Amino acid sequence: MVGGLDFSVVRENLPYFFLGRYPKGPLGGVALTLYLAVVSLVLSFLGGLILGLLSVSRNRLIKWGSTAVIQTIRGMPLLMVIFWMFFLLPAMLGSGMSADWTIITALTLFTSSYMSEIVRAGILGIPKGQMEAAVSTGLSHKQAMTYVILPQALRNMIPSFVNQFVSMIKDTSLAFIVGVSELTHIATQMNNRTMLYPTEIFLFIAVIYFIMCFAFTELSRWLERRSAWRKSI
Amino acid sequence: MNYRFDWAIVTSGKYFDWLVSGLYVTIKLSVVSIALSFLVGLVIAMMRMSHVRPVRWFAHGYLEFFRNTPLLVQIFFWYFGSYKILPRVVNDWMVRQDFEFTAAVIALTIYTSAFIAEDIRSGVRSIPKEQMEAARSSGFSYVRSMRYIILPQAVRLTIPPLINQFLNLMKNSSLAMTIGVAELMYQARQVESYTFKGFEAFTAATVVYLGLSFLITGLMTLYDKMVLQPIKGH
Repeated sequence: MVGGLDFSVVRENLPYFFLGRYPKGPLGGVALTLYLAVVSLVLSFLGGLILGLLSVSRNRLIKWGSTAVIQTIRGMPLLMVIFWMFFLLPAMLGSGMSADWTIITALTLFTSSYMSEIVRAGILGIPKGQMEAAVSTGLSHKQAMTYVILPQALRNMIPSFVNQFVSMIKDTSLAFIVGVSELTHIATQMNNRTMLYPTEIFLFIAVIYFIMCFAFTELSRWLERRSAWRKSI
Repeated sequence: MNYRFDWAIVTSGKYFDWLVSGLYVTIKLSVVSIALSFLVGLVIAMMRMSHVRPVRWFAHGYLEFFRNTPLLVQIFFWYFGSYKILPRVVNDWMVRQDFEFTAAVIALTIYTSAFIAEDIRSGVRSIPKEQMEAARSSGFSYVRSMRYIILPQAVRLTIPPLINQFLNLMKNSSLAMTIGVAELMYQARQVESYTFKGFEAFTAATVVYLGLSFLITGLMTLYDKMVLQPIKGH
């Protein structure tokens, strides 16, 4: 099976797959995939934290409003969010944003809504007594949240965050649709140019994605085991 | 803003028909793929729990590989690249079908089945071990204990995550537009490029997707209320 495949097209263009046209041109390929994933993840963490805190707010209006936003975004395909961003951002900002940042905005918006559910579940997972005890020692609700509840909740959420990172790496492949030259885009470009090696090219990038994602999946499992072990002693 | 809204184009006439046909393809793609995913997922889950090591390893590899690769790449692989590794007969069959649709179904099925297999496995694992031991000691074979004792209970627990996978699958099916399957997202883009009414076209598609999502979520809540809660109540 593999005998009939010819991977020389991959071997000859290896730097292109990993770095794009860098250093002569902009960064692309695997490097851009990771860049998009990391930047979007950091922003989604902040977005998810804010949305998550809003969705457990004691003010009903804030709680319902943020829940509506979260559920709306979760009900849409990521592709829909991406098209909306490409359509709305230029209209709202007046001038165009770079494609990289538009895709980062879309990924952030989308993942934040998923992250917020993790944050919400994490906060609600901390026993009620903790908040009561913290408030009864004289802390305000806000202080209790910041110094008592969140530090514990966030630690429990770490494996879920790592899982989100895996999803994020996979989701960056959609950036290809709007012409951001990450790994999938480079692969389709290479496929269009050479025509003869689609199997080899897509198999190769599938393996590259697999290596990146599997490494983080394993990390998340390890973290989960470790925290389970910690709790057991 | 001097943009003039024209909602009529997406509520009646030719473009409305396009969107409706897109919705039909989205539903068809999702329903066909979820049915196949469930079957494949069930087989993989059984293999994953098999006592024969190579079988178990194969299933494990399948799960890890397809869960940790982007769906889009898998779609491209089946659409552009599968002809080199598939037997001739299968290829010819695929080409005789609606090739784009078939490739999308294969990709969605394989991707989703890997997630479903894990859901089924954790459903099975949540059934106490004694059930299997009791079944075996009363003379059932392994396969028959699975078939008559374990699976009927496990499937009931697996249905909520399964509905959730259906929800994901429905949203993921939008990626099929990249290989030219004329589903909802494809048609929305089509309407946009014919009319320059992107806002209306995207709003229409968004409303339909949200409607489908809430419908499926509602189904899950209903199942929980009607079936799971009464069981737990005992």
